[in-house]
Amino acid sequence: MKIKKIVFVVFLYLFSYNYSYSIEPEIFVQSTVNRASKILSENISKEKKMDELRLIAKETVDIRGIGFYTLGSIRKTLNDDQKKRYAILFEEYFLKSFSSRLAEYTNPEIDVQSKEILSENYTIVNSLLKGTPERPEVKIDWRIYTKKPENPLIRDLIIEGLSLARTQKEEFSSILNSNDNDMNALFKTLEEFSKN
Amino acid sequence: MIKKILIIIFTTYALTVNVIASDDGELILKKNDPAEIEDCSENFNRATFKFNQALDGVIFQPIASVYRKLPSPAKSGVSNSLENISHLLTIPNNLIQGDFKQAGVNTGRFLINTTVGVLGLFDVAQHMGLTGFEKEDYGQSLATLGVGPGCYIVLPILGPSTARDTVGSTLNFFGGDPWYNVTVRNDTQYFNEANYYYSKGVSGVDFRAKNFDSIENLEKNSLDFYASVKSLYLQDRQQKILNTKKIIDTQDDSDWEEISQ
Repeated sequence: MKIKKIVFVVFLYLFSYNYSYSIEPEIFVQSTVNRASKILSENISKEKKMDELRLIAKETVDIRGIGFYTLGSIRKTLNDDQKKRYAILFEEYFLKSFSSRLAEYTNPEIDVQSKEILSENYTIVNSLLKGTPERPEVKIDWRIYTKKPENPLIRDLIIEGLSLARTQKEEFSSILNSNDNDMNALFKTLEEFSKN
Repeated sequence: MIKKILIIIFTTYALTVNVIASDDGELILKKNDPAEIEDCSENFNRATFKFNQALDGVIFQPIASVYRKLPSPAKSGVSNSLENISHLLTIPNNLIQGDFKQAGVNTGRFLINTTVGVLGLFDVAQHMGLTGFEKEDYGQSLATLGVGPGCYIVLPILGPSTARDTVGSTLNFFGGDPWYNVTVRNDTQYFNEANYYYSKGVSGVDFRAKNFDSIENLEKNSLDFYASVKSLYLQDRQQKILNTKKIIDTQDDSDWEEISQ
């Protein structure tokens, strides 16, 4: 009887633990967007905005995963040192590119509208970037990796049906193809981008 | 005339690979997968791309930067008029693609917006329930008939395309585009050549203005701007051919198999 009770309590604890800590993808996206919007609407320098956006990206984006996805099948041929170097360079590149792109917007208004569960691992969250007098409204879909429901991560942004991860993958592939698949050429390009 | 059209269709088949008539969405999706489309003349394409960039910097970008500052109603009026004209090319393509319902909707939209909407300045039809306009062209129609894209091409001034889409565009000049027919091909008392070329020029400026920040941003943050534009163009075409708003699966689990967090 006692064992039964203990098992029941443990089960209840685990259930409530999962329940209280899993984050719904649409809430995750809206809260991420709100945090970014707040920074972008603040009266601070562009550099300061970029620094704060980097922190958000580090918490909410699967940068390492996107980096290796972007590399395509060549990642299977890399040795450990190359993998380490690539992961560091990609993160620098990604954070600079991501924050620089977002910092151009002032007070963007994004409304999360719906979600579509693709599988246990992926949910697409649909949102709309409101239009301004200078720009039409833009449909943005977020591919959220939900394998760990308590820690969802962004793996792709799909803007008007166009995937940024896929674009980036084809861009990296082009650089490698023009340099006989030499990783050093890609390392150099990433370094130069981050320095400038 | 029919002979000319037949020659063009034949050329399309010769230019493109894997010509299989099929309405299988999966097959069309695979054929138009950006990763599968070859860049057969990359050096030439890159040179043309640079030329287009220079042209953009001198003509389109400066004009678009002024145009985007116009009051919203003025820009909406221009966009609506251009969209109204593009119905003329879309309707025959709806028919070729067997989408008779959409052809009917678009015909209704064109008639209402041209008359009640003052030559297309106002999109009155959308308030009457005739919504969901999507441009269609002969490149898309050929794709739905099973014609593969062939090689990726960058055309001077016109920009990214594929062998199939280029051939599709030439059909416009051989009677396929009613707007071209009434402005350039036939001597009508209402329109002339200038109307056609003016509409095309304004259409380019309108597109550039709508995407002004995105293009500047993409150029600034790309490692290889040419490759980014190519990927975005081919993804966009794939979506338009499939007439889907659904997200095409860009990442399956096998892509991430050994990537640990």
